[in-house]
Amino acid sequence: MEFTKEVDASGLNCPLPILRCKKGLSELEAAQVLKIIATDPGSVKDFNAFCAQTGHTLLQLNQDGKTFTFYIKKRTD
Amino acid sequence: MAKKLALIASKGTLDWAYPPFILASTAAALDYEVSIFFTFYGLTLLKKDLSDLKVSPLGNPAMPMPLPLPNFVQMLPGMESIATMMMKQKIADKGVASIEDLRNACLESGVKFIACQMTVDLFDFKPADFIEGIEFAGAASFFEFAGESDVNLFI
Repeated sequence: MEFTKEVDASGLNCPLPILRCKKGLSELEAAQVLKIIATDPGSVKDFNAFCAQTGHTLLQLNQDGKTFTFYIKKRTD
Repeated sequence: MAKKLALIASKGTLDWAYPPFILASTAAALDYEVSIFFTFYGLTLLKKDLSDLKVSPLGNPAMPMPLPLPNFVQMLPGMESIATMMMKQKIADKGVASIEDLRNACLESGVKFIACQMTVDLFDFKPADFIEGIEFAGAASFFEFAGESDVNLFI
């Protein structure tokens, strides 16, 4: 999947993956895609909740062992 | 219109420093407007020097310890420092943010910090001991934003 920016939040625990994601998205234009990598098992639910509440779109979630990769499209205001 | 979160932070230990800053920084990431009113021991969380934040196993039977220590051992001099050191090590090992990092995340995302003026006077704290960019006010100011908040928590 194509993306504009990548953020690695591996090894970080709640709430840091979400905070890094928010920061990453703030550096993107509307409709651009952020790739974010996390190893926090709680991040799957948290990223879903984050997107549901903020209006960004979780396009894809890949799991490779204990590593999760999220592709999030920034909302168009 | 953005949702609003109002927190009261009343505790001044290393463990209890986490909930207000985690909730406030996360809420800010979720586009909430956030204000935290720091009162009594919670004012410690606003000091430039956060080294007063410690954790004590004494009187906290739920605190996981490498080996169970009876209370009369936990009260020995230095035990609090040892427990605090161990906790900080654990925090770093597990990729948990430091309090300073979370506090900075709050400040960067526009979380408003309000220090309870009455407690500042009561404990003879000096405004110079606190970080920049905070307000000093009282209970009425808390209600000014708490009254129109969607979530209010006392921590």
